[in-house]
Amino acid sequence: MNAKFPHIATLLFLVLLACNTETVDSYTPTPSPLEIPQLFEARILNPVIPIDNQQTKEGIALGKKLFFDPILSINNTIACANCHLPQNAFTDSNRFSNGVNQTLSKRNAMPLFNLAWNYDEKFFWDGSVFSLEHQAIQPVIDVNEMGNTWQNVEQSLNSHPEYPELFKQAFGTSKIDSTLVTKAIAQFERTLISATSKFDKFLLGLTTLTPQEQNGFNVFMDENRGDCFHCHGTENNPLWTDNLFHNNGLDSEFTDLGLGAITGDPADNGKFKTPSIRNLAFTAPYMHDGRFSTLEEVINHYSEGLKNSSTIDPLMKKIAQGGVQLTNEDKANLKAFLLTLTDFDFIKN
Amino acid sequence: MKKIIFTLLIILTVLSCTDSEETIESKNITLNFSHTWDGVPVTNADFNTFKFTTKNGEQLKIERLRYVISDVTLETSNGELIVINAHNLVDVTNNKNLTFAPTAPILTGNYNNMSFIFGFKNEKNISAAYEDLNTAIFGVPEMLGGGYHYMQLDGKFKNESDETIGYNFHAIRAVDASGDTPTFPKDTFIKVNLGPVSISDNTTFNIEMNIAEWFKNPHTWNLNQLHQTLMPNTNAQIMMFDNGQSVFNLKSIN
Repeated sequence: MNAKFPHIATLLFLVLLACNTETVDSYTPTPSPLEIPQLFEARILNPVIPIDNQQTKEGIALGKKLFFDPILSINNTIACANCHLPQNAFTDSNRFSNGVNQTLSKRNAMPLFNLAWNYDEKFFWDGSVFSLEHQAIQPVIDVNEMGNTWQNVEQSLNSHPEYPELFKQAFGTSKIDSTLVTKAIAQFERTLISATSKFDKFLLGLTTLTPQEQNGFNVFMDENRGDCFHCHGTENNPLWTDNLFHNNGLDSEFTDLGLGAITGDPADNGKFKTPSIRNLAFTAPYMHDGRFSTLEEVINHYSEGLKNSSTIDPLMKKIAQGGVQLTNEDKANLKAFLLTLTDFDFIKN
Repeated sequence: MKKIIFTLLIILTVLSCTDSEETIESKNITLNFSHTWDGVPVTNADFNTFKFTTKNGEQLKIERLRYVISDVTLETSNGELIVINAHNLVDVTNNKNLTFAPTAPILTGNYNNMSFIFGFKNEKNISAAYEDLNTAIFGVPEMLGGGYHYMQLDGKFKNESDETIGYNFHAIRAVDASGDTPTFPKDTFIKVNLGPVSISDNTTFNIEMNIAEWFKNPHTWNLNQLHQTLMPNTNAQIMMFDNGQSVFNLKSIN
């Protein structure tokens, strides 16, 4: 027994060494599942998380660093966060965003929150991109935005003193490519969850609405008045958007075909994605082209400003009169309700 | 030797279990939903074009059609009801869920009747109860009694002045919302009876909705008078219920 001991001890030592080496080589990122808000968990379907891009602590941190780093742009001047500002619920307060070439984007930047619950995974105002992972591809190479090439981006990141190690920690490889960059950014973007507005707290029984806010909610839900719920949903869908595409009567003739330019179907001309009505206090200007500066202008549009066209959504009512003809009191109440969906915690975090 | 006997016993036990399971004749059923306008097939490819005419003479086009069915039920020869506690949102616009295959297997045999509910029975028409329908924004405001839409049929029609006007033919539980609290004068979910069926194998039921019937029988629907804001219109909802009785039929079984 004693004679065998040195051999066994040596064997054990070698096994331990082997195990130790294995641990270093196959570094596993730390799972970091989305913290799903109570109302989301209770009322709507689970978020979309690709099986090949599960949320990890390292991936999210890397995505956040990339989101705020101008290294993605051709001249190191513009990061994602330049046009998607946290204090504006990750949109731009300018009607159009200024790119690296001092040229303007064609549409208003979309706010970024609750993106994991975009079930059809059609992104942008015109639904031109499928999946959050693919969404970040285009802004990097758009001459009106970051004006870069993915080859340049990959070179910059691969020769960076920090990024190769961060990618290794997040994805197990230090060889950086566009796929991993956009995966990391998508992981970060999925953590941008807005669910703590006053109205959320009201639904959870933590606060009450003022009479004006309650009346505004009634305008929103009343098919005879606002009839906003058919596209923006009821209190039982905390997203406050159907994530679908509608022509909401902005124009009688289209300079921007929206979804129609993507599908090639004339029946889709003038249709744009329904934005969430969360965080409207932070997301002016409004509509795909940022044409409205204030909420009052938005409400007036639906009340009196509708323009008829062949693809206007049939849910737009009383088009001949310009809209649903809200009273001034209804308008003020509706605005008060809409502002209860402001999530101050979201822009602080 | 004991080991051999023990092993044989285990094998026999497993085999006997397998035999026992095979004696249970349970099969899957599938419901396929197709759509016509008085016999002419309608798919989402036919949407957004004025190609249909109602009995009242209005030309119309369809832009959105989705509806919920629930509680597929089989009635055995001794009157027992086998209820499949599930629902399905048929979304013709996006060509989704036109096939509904409930997970509950059905015992083979002859059944006196097969039916389903267009919409929800009142006790199952509960606000916020169904995540898929909340997600699809299919709910009905609490001021109109809550619960869910039964159907959303939207589009445009040519009015008497040949102007193009939107219509929202939305079916819900008929409600009287004129008072402080909604009241419900008449149940407007529809029990659709498909008749006697025999299930001997995995079986597909091909069910057809004749969309034209919504505007036809017994009430000749005048879209000029009833085209929008129909949800709070109690009489309109009851008329939809009446017309809905003849909308579905079982085309074939295979």
